[in-house]
Amino acid sequence: MPHKVISLISVGRHPQSGRSRRADQDSRAVELGLKLAGTDLDVVHAGSSEEPVLRQYAGMGLPKVTVLEQAESADALPAISSYLKTQQADIVLTGVRSESGESSGMTPYLLAEQLGWPIVARVADIVEVKDGEAQVLLALPRGQRRQVTVKLPFIASIDNAAEAARQSAFGPGLRAKMEAQSGSTEEDSVRVNWSEAPAKARPKRLKVVKAKTAADRFKAATAKPQGGSGKVMKNESAQEQAQAIFDLLIEEKIIR
Amino acid sequence: MVIDWLPSILIVALLLIGVVGMLRRSSLWRAGRPEKVNIIAGLLAMPGRYFKDLHHVVERDKYMANTHVATGGGFVLSMVLVLVVHVFKVEQQIVAWALLAALLLMLVGAFFVFKRRLNPPERLSKGPWMRLPKSLIIFALTFIVLTLPAAGVLPEGTGGVALIAVLSIGVIIGLGELLFGMGWGGPMKHAFAGTLHLAFHRRPERFGGGRSTGLKPVDLEGDVLGVAKPSDFKWNQLLGFDACVQCGKCQAMCPAFAAGQPLNPKKLIQDMVVGLAGGTDANYAGSPYPGKEVGNAKGGPNEIITAGLVSQETLWSCTTCRACVEECPMMIEHVDAIVDMRRFLTMEKGETPNKGSEVLENIIATDNPNGYAPGSRTNWAADQNLAVMKDKKEVDVLFWVSDGAFDMRSQRILRAFVKLMKAADVDVAILGDEERDSGDVARRLGDDATFQSLAKRNLATLGQYKFNKIVTTDPHAYHCLRNEYADFDKDGALAGVEVLHHTTFLNQLVQSGALKLDAFKGGKVTYHDPCYLGRYNGEYEAPRDLLRSLGIEISEMERSGFRSRCCGGGGGAPITDIPGERRIADMRMEDASATGAELVAVGCQQCTAMLEGVVEPRPEVKDISEILVDQLVEEVH
Ligand code: SF4
Ligand code: SF4
Repeated sequence: MPHKVISLISVGRHPQSGRSRRADQDSRAVELGLKLAGTDLDVVHAGSSEEPVLRQYAGMGLPKVTVLEQAESADALPAISSYLKTQQADIVLTGVRSESGESSGMTPYLLAEQLGWPIVARVADIVEVKDGEAQVLLALPRGQRRQVTVKLPFIASIDNAAEAARQSAFGPGLRAKMEAQSGSTEEDSVRVNWSEAPAKARPKRLKVVKAKTAADRFKAATAKPQGGSGKVMKNESAQEQAQAIFDLLIEEKIIR
Repeated sequence: MVIDWLPSILIVALLLIGVVGMLRRSSLWRAGRPEKVNIIAGLLAMPGRYFKDLHHVVERDKYMANTHVATGGGFVLSMVLVLVVHVFKVEQQIVAWALLAALLLMLVGAFFVFKRRLNPPERLSKGPWMRLPKSLIIFALTFIVLTLPAAGVLPEGTGGVALIAVLSIGVIIGLGELLFGMGWGGPMKHAFAGTLHLAFHRRPERFGGGRSTGLKPVDLEGDVLGVAKPSDFKWNQLLGFDACVQCGKCQAMCPAFAAGQPLNPKKLIQDMVVGLAGGTDANYAGSPYPGKEVGNAKGGPNEIITAGLVSQETLWSCTTCRACVEECPMMIEHVDAIVDMRRFLTMEKGETPNKGSEVLENIIATDNPNGYAPGSRTNWAADQNLAVMKDKKEVDVLFWVSDGAFDMRSQRILRAFVKLMKAADVDVAILGDEERDSGDVARRLGDDATFQSLAKRNLATLGQYKFNKIVTTDPHAYHCLRNEYADFDKDGALAGVEVLHHTTFLNQLVQSGALKLDAFKGGKVTYHDPCYLGRYNGEYEAPRDLLRSLGIEISEMERSGFRSRCCGGGGGAPITDIPGERRIADMRMEDASATGAELVAVGCQQCTAMLEGVVEPRPEVKDISEILVDQLVEEVH
């Protein structure tokens, strides 16, 4: 039995020009979806069906895009979650975080909560789906991977380490059908109160490397940071663990 | 007696079969997409195009030009007179003598064709083409003997039945090649298809010394973008392919072929013929695509070309240098065909190879191929004190900077040019961050949608301002602005504006005395013609004039002017980067080194980048504006 796969897409934003584009992680989610389900893949967007960026996704070879038609100020979450509840999907793929809007990275988590499904974060690849289970590769720093087995259905957020999206072709993109359904009218109350401003570059901590040779410098640049001051807290109470994190954030002047 | 009539019957029969073949062949072309041509005007113009334009190209090879006039002219004349004498039986001796003269002319021509075919150069196709001179000779000889009685040289009935039988065989062989073969795909097909191709050429502007090099826009509403199957070509493009005589002049000039990349323009055109007629390339008797065996290609009018007829690498190897088009005696348009097929691969399949898709995505998102922030486009000019159009609104010269703005090497060329303009007190401004990529690369990579969008947006920006000239240091942008934007310029943003390459403009300044230059004291200098300046725009002289004005005596490369060899940088070739045995830029640098030059003068940032990428030791590479700026006599104001 083929599995039903759904990829969620949003309007991305080019880091240099600020122009709308297909979002990097979302298009990787479409790429992975195409690998798993071919053109049976259901690609879903909550927003306007007139949005030109949807054509860029469709140019990857999608015959149609499902659009949950709603105003820009409306919250995407209720629309998507009620759509998913009607779909009997096995796998839902999203980006880790969107490139525009709140960009909180919460969408997959909130969806998982509402559906009562497990979530696998930062997925690099889904190797196999068989007998109600999927073999999933998680992306870890420095190109490392961890393989986990997840029961269907689940939500996966797709990491930048996943297969890059294929080229978008203009013709098929232009001809793809935008299948509009009504979305939600619920206003995104959090977002409405936000104001957007260009981000300032965050100061980076200088890594002082006292290397004498090129080989040492190379090692320093590539080696895993040996977190000397870190500690693993397994047996402490949640209260203590939270306190430790809070103290660290203060110490690092991230919150004051 | 029946036997006396045999030759005449054969003539009529072969003529009829030939005509049926020709009608069938025309129906193959008509499978192509419709394209309006002026049939009457085309047919009327045809003889002129043949004698002037086609022969202008053929004449580069004097031997072949004379041979062809004798053979072709002799044949056409003989054929008409054969009908008069042997079919309609006009019994005037003078006509028969005229026929004899025509046949003799043809015989002489055919003899020289035969001679060339004794030891043919590699570029020529063999196979049926080897048989052609013999068939021509048999035709001429047969009809000479057949006509002697009518001319009164021999009594009627000489030789009796035996001779008539022998002559009839001659008629079958000769006319079989010339009439039957013409209609049914033999080598002589070129005469029939070639004639019509000249009449219905897709770029009639090319005749009478004109130039037409801009690509034709894609109708983005169409149901297939670009060419997927042979039947997606315009009908007169198919006709053009059929006119190929397999002379291989294109192959001999093609830089990609010489570099051992899997492209041979002649084979490509022949594959198109296979496609339009249906079948395989098993009968192709010329040089292959380097590294690919002949015989495996299969196609038909309604089959996808890249699924078995031509491989994708072949299409992506082309630098769009137009050397093949320039050299083709049949005026076939290779580059149009290649870009048409690329359009399908990019816009329908999304299969632009290597860096292609990344570059296109960058152009779409940032209006420049490397994805730099559009707001940093004018950073190079921070210290140049250049006026910006947004503030000036009206200016004499608009300097189109092009994407060289983002590249440190190209910026040196830009600065040199600005300095020269300042020295000549030119009233100049730039668009600054309002400028966008010209769309050249996107278009050559087959993404006409992106090209059109850039062209329209650039034109909208240009339309807000007033200027008399646009000058650019980039021949690719120059070509787009001058030859390709007009198709989208609904509001006349460029109407009445002179589009100039910086060498042309600088030459005007030097000639008018606005620039004072010292004599050049370096060593030997050679000049490399950029394809998009020379073959695309016919500007060969201004750069040379400029060098001469410095007292430089140019040591020309063997391939210069309209025969200049590409640097390998055009058509997105460095982006698609199809492997070969050698690099085109290395070969061009060898051409330059062979002249003993210490300096290669160029007029293009892309050529500069390609040629400077060649490992040392090699001559130095400089843009003409950089050479000039070093000799500038600065007056203290
Ligand atoms: S395409 Fe033109 S130049 Fe090339 S072989 Fe044919 S006729 Fe000759
Ligand atoms: S345009 Fe240049 S590279 Fe392309 S086929 Fe013709 S000669 Fe070869």
